[in-house]
Amino acid sequence: MITDGIIYGINKNMITVEFKGDIRQNEVAHVIIGDQRLKSEVVRIRENLADLQVFEDTKGLKRGDKVEFSGELLTVQLGPGLLGQLFDGLQNPLHKLAEQYGQFLKRGKAVAALSAEQLWLFSPALKPGAVVRAGETLGTVPEALFEHQIMVPFNLTGIYEVVEIADRAEYRVNDKIALLKDGKGNLRPLSMNFFWPVRQAVNIYQERLRPVEPLISQIRIIDTMFPVAKGGTFCIPGPFGAGKTVLQQLTSRNAQVDIVIIAACGERAGEVVETIRQFPQITDPLTGRSLMERTIIVGNTSSMPVAARESSVYTAVTMAEYYRQMGLDVLLLADSTSRWAQAMRERSGRLEEIPGEEAFPAYLESIIASFYERAGLVRLRDGRTGSVTIGGTVSPAGGNFDEPVTQATLKVVGAFHGLSRERSDARHYPAIDPLTSWSRYQSFIGSEQREMIIKLLSRANEIEQMMKVVGEEGTSIADFLIYLKGLFFDGVYLQQNGFDPVDGATSKERQSHVFELLEKIISGYFAFDNKDEARAFFQKLRLSFLNLNSAVWDSDDFSRYENQLAGLISESCQQEEDAIDITNRQAFMEQDFDSTFIRARSTRTLKDGMPLHHGDDYRGEDADDLQ
Amino acid sequence: MRTIYNKIRRVSGNVIMVQAEGVGFGELAMVAAPGGSSLAEVIKIEDNRIFLQVFGGSSGISTGSEVQFLGHGLKVAFSENLLGRVFNGIGEPRDKGPRFTDNLIEITGEPVNPAKRVIPHKMIHTGIPMIDLFNSLVESQKISIFTSAGEPYNALLSRVALQAQVDIILLGGMGVRFDDYLFLKNALEEGGALTRSILFIHTAAEPVAECLMVPDLCLAVAEAFALEGKNVLVLLTDMTNFCDALKEVAISMEQVPANRGYPGDLYSQLAARYEKAVDFEEAGSVTILSVTTMPGNDVTHPVPDNTGYITEGQYYLNNGRIEPFGSLSRLKQLVNKDSREDHRAIMDGMVHLYADYQETLEKKAMGFRMSAWDNKLLDYGTAFERELLDLSVNIPLAAALDRSWQILSACFKPQETGLSSELIDKFWPVNDEKSKVDQDRA
Repeated sequence: MITDGIIYGINKNMITVEFKGDIRQNEVAHVIIGDQRLKSEVVRIRENLADLQVFEDTKGLKRGDKVEFSGELLTVQLGPGLLGQLFDGLQNPLHKLAEQYGQFLKRGKAVAALSAEQLWLFSPALKPGAVVRAGETLGTVPEALFEHQIMVPFNLTGIYEVVEIADRAEYRVNDKIALLKDGKGNLRPLSMNFFWPVRQAVNIYQERLRPVEPLISQIRIIDTMFPVAKGGTFCIPGPFGAGKTVLQQLTSRNAQVDIVIIAACGERAGEVVETIRQFPQITDPLTGRSLMERTIIVGNTSSMPVAARESSVYTAVTMAEYYRQMGLDVLLLADSTSRWAQAMRERSGRLEEIPGEEAFPAYLESIIASFYERAGLVRLRDGRTGSVTIGGTVSPAGGNFDEPVTQATLKVVGAFHGLSRERSDARHYPAIDPLTSWSRYQSFIGSEQREMIIKLLSRANEIEQMMKVVGEEGTSIADFLIYLKGLFFDGVYLQQNGFDPVDGATSKERQSHVFELLEKIISGYFAFDNKDEARAFFQKLRLSFLNLNSAVWDSDDFSRYENQLAGLISESCQQEEDAIDITNRQAFMEQDFDSTFIRARSTRTLKDGMPLHHGDDYRGEDADDLQ
Repeated sequence: MRTIYNKIRRVSGNVIMVQAEGVGFGELAMVAAPGGSSLAEVIKIEDNRIFLQVFGGSSGISTGSEVQFLGHGLKVAFSENLLGRVFNGIGEPRDKGPRFTDNLIEITGEPVNPAKRVIPHKMIHTGIPMIDLFNSLVESQKISIFTSAGEPYNALLSRVALQAQVDIILLGGMGVRFDDYLFLKNALEEGGALTRSILFIHTAAEPVAECLMVPDLCLAVAEAFALEGKNVLVLLTDMTNFCDALKEVAISMEQVPANRGYPGDLYSQLAARYEKAVDFEEAGSVTILSVTTMPGNDVTHPVPDNTGYITEGQYYLNNGRIEPFGSLSRLKQLVNKDSREDHRAIMDGMVHLYADYQETLEKKAMGFRMSAWDNKLLDYGTAFERELLDLSVNIPLAAALDRSWQILSACFKPQETGLSSELIDKFWPVNDEKSKVDQDRA
């Protein structure tokens, strides 16, 4: 029995509906206007009035217009054929919509996510008589690089017996491929696809494990300094123009995972266009196939309806969980979670809920937390593991991290990659600030070494600030050397030219190797007569290191530049026993070092009012412009 | 004949509430007011209570004023005849020309399917080196001029309008002062561009709510032209007034404000407009250049802040010139690779040296000793500011590149510029140029 209702009130994309009968919270309803059916979702029920958010423009709706409730929650379709697609926030395939309806997104038009015509070669994995549960594999079809597993729908509870299973042959997604029988003898036919409610986490695994294995993004500052683990979470807050989206694009390109799902949530359409036009042309070096084949894009850009933006992150994470269930590693990148939070704020405002900070709803934190908690490394029932890693960008108002969305996100993520305006203005890309960022995950570089680098950078920063006041003349050569080392490490390792074919992606082996080399320089004792000599030496070092960075790993060029570097270092670097530069060593001696380090961290904020300055190496590579 | 209602039950700010039946959301109505009737738009429906935003303001509206619903949303006539014409914020003629009623189009169309967009690739030449050379404007880009009151932003807009090689110019004015309106109109007229321009102008003296429709009107017309294959440039000044009008309506509707009184959907409202910038696969394009004045020159103010997250870059217009730092065209790398081989290298090299110059200036101000290198930088900075940075400089891109090489050669030795030797061999000017710049300086 389907419940009907009529519109009672309209406030932008929120409508109030008078209904008779029973309806469910979060169930889907359709507003009927002429031949159009506008999808909407119940968000609040008060006596005989329900508030529904409409996923389309509500222009022209009238009081008394008919609304049909469906009895179903908001779901996505799961099955073979999701990879390589571009969906909107409600899983409508945008390419198909364009084929059928042209340039514009017409109101009330929907298309099924999976093609009903495409044939898939199904190979059964079981025989009749087998006993199965939700999430277990019935058979496989090849999809892009993977053996896509056709699983028992996740919403089936209890134990089923396989009565029939299809032979190895080609089928469409809606064809019957199996017949199951439950304990009471009820039969249930299955096809290769099923629906799952987006707001509900898939949890039919054996157990959740602690994420330990690093996810290699091939971005040095992330992998070495602030790593992300497979199954972990991270966030990238930053003011506009600091390079959040470029960083996400680089990660989606270079991350060593099986599948990348990009949720472009309320951001510029142009950025989605770049991805969908370029990815098919880029070959994934790991697989030799087009990058698009391992990518799914959920694009609900800023001009598309706001309510669908709110649901788009759930659409994306549900698809991620589906592929995790096949034992794959999935990376979900959400750009930007602030737009998602703003969509919630708009909804909350129209519901006239009592607002929290900056008019965000009071439940903002718990919703953000439950979204990030859908990430995780899990052991499946058959012993394999799969993971969903979630990385979200945050666009804080005014670039000030002290705002509700950033703060709520920081509480629940495992790594924080804070972008700073200061670094991006100086074109130091990626503009992740090494002095404020952190990660709770383990890197393949020891934590002691990482700590040493942080100390070095923080001390170098202090010296730099000091030099602005006292000038170079007033700085001791020992301090000056630390400053140069910090600058050097930042310039040749933390900064990375994302547009350079070699420098843009650094493998784990290469990172370990190069880091070892750098460690020698950082902890080495150098003696120089004066500052100019020191500066000249580091400039030379830097130049040959940059050459090394753009040389292909394990090539002749690479070893040539490496030898050149080794020569430079052994020329000037003193053996420990005859180190004359005692003060230099003292500066590294930990006690007073630690105290300044802690002080530097606590006083440093990312708020405005920080003096804008350009480092000496401003002349360095301009990732924004060099290609 | 449509029913006339006259039971106005509430008047608050520019919003009135009338009891009526069968009214659609977003529909227009005529409200009779003492000074003549005014257009109004339905912004909320609650049972038979219809909330209307009155564009002409609610002053003088009586509880018995007549309200007649028109049965459709705001539409604008679209045809070639619009060219050269000036309209007000609700699309009525401002000049003495005729009113159009044919070929009406809805002003809030559907969003463009991202799958149908293409990557922008055509540069718009403006003759302003700080734009062409350092932050190229690209067809279908949306970009804003971040500035503050008193800066010559309207002059900059009119210059871009006159020099840009586009088919049609749409100029939308929101809360512009009357003399600014005359200035813009005269500039277009004198430059001979009025015949390819359409103006929708809301002046500061008119009711605030009327400016809310200006961007939509401009963009609807622009999109219609673009679909016919035209390349359209939309200039909007000043978006901060538009946002302030949004704020006013939101407060009248008793919405909970998010940030400094602005409504929580400010981002979505702005994005819905700016995202109309598009390059159609088999037709024309819409490019948007807007002005955002920053109250107190504060970029963290909600209006510039939200704008920055939406637009593809921003030009900082400060002290009468476009700042080389902070200004950014996010799409420039899509076009500056194909202009001239030295474009990118010059762009980076010049700005890096200018940054060094700024540092030297700081050092100088603090009384540190100036080295020979510092003195070179000081020379360079002055020449750069005078010959490229100044807003009055009006030269094409190729000339700007040549001039950059001349400045460099006058101030530095080739290897000091950090440019690749390949480019230096090809472009480094011969000596007589050097003496010319030297003379200029003397």
